[in-house]
Amino acid sequence: MADLANRTLPLSGFHGGSGAASLSVAAPATRISLRAKPDAVSALSGALGLSLPTKPKTSASANGRHALWLGPDEWLVIDENEADLMAAVALSGVLHSATDISHRNTAILVKGRGADVAVNGGCPQDLSLTAFPVGACSRTVLAKAEIVLLRTAEDAFRVECWRSFAPYVSALLNEAAEDAGN
Amino acid sequence: MLLIYCPYCEEERSELEFRQAGDAHIARPTNMTEMTDEEFEAFFFLRDNVKGLTFERWRHLNGCGRFFNAARDTVSDKFLTTYKAGLPKPDLSTLRPATEATVETYEATESDAK
Ligand SMILES: [Zn+2]
Repeated sequence: MADLANRTLPLSGFHGGSGAASLSVAAPATRISLRAKPDAVSALSGALGLSLPTKPKTSASANGRHALWLGPDEWLVIDENEADLMAAVALSGVLHSATDISHRNTAILVKGRGADVAVNGGCPQDLSLTAFPVGACSRTVLAKAEIVLLRTAEDAFRVECWRSFAPYVSALLNEAAEDAGN
Repeated sequence: MLLIYCPYCEEERSELEFRQAGDAHIARPTNMTEMTDEEFEAFFFLRDNVKGLTFERWRHLNGCGRFFNAARDTVSDKFLTTYKAGLPKPDLSTLRPATEATVETYEATESDAK
């Protein structure tokens, strides 16, 4: 009889930050890396139940599902209800490439009046509300780690990183959150 | 920190998100099997290393992931323009950096080197 390994969430139970910027681990989610040409966008949008954004740095969200523009032919799709995204896009009937990356990534939620300051502790992007409004998203860097940043509210960000980078990203955000104030 | 305009993201982003990726507009040979070793060496290895205006490939690695081209001054590090991959070289006459835009270099101010 085979022994089954238990899947563990990176940073399970992690809480940190400061009064100005609290840090917590996002719940498990399903994720796909989706690549497709422009002529497949509308069928894939129909299959996913939300409009894949085609404008740089924008996202679309509906019912706990998020589609983030990463590049002209590339999206990160996240489903917080752990729906089967691979099966959903397979029904689109159009040419595309989808890779299940549910467990490659993990996410840290940064929240509070100093959330932007905490993220800017390692990220060079302009996070003012004019340049990076609610719903804006981008692949970028947090110091030496690649992240995907999504602004979920004026004072809240979702920071997606590769699970092997989670200890580094969380430690760096923790330092930056303390610098953001109490 | 340098800001580089990505023609795909349509905005300026930090240099930390980019990687330089060698010379742009290198014509790939169509008859590689018939080339001499010297011809192959010239295509594959030999680059001009221009002082001044140069055309380079860049990749928005930690951004949209796209390769694009840039006209850059190697003395001042100033990006004159960036444009999508596949587009022809932009008109040189409109890209010459203004003399006063050139930053002071060690060579120009301190050394006797020509
Ligand atoms: Zn870009």
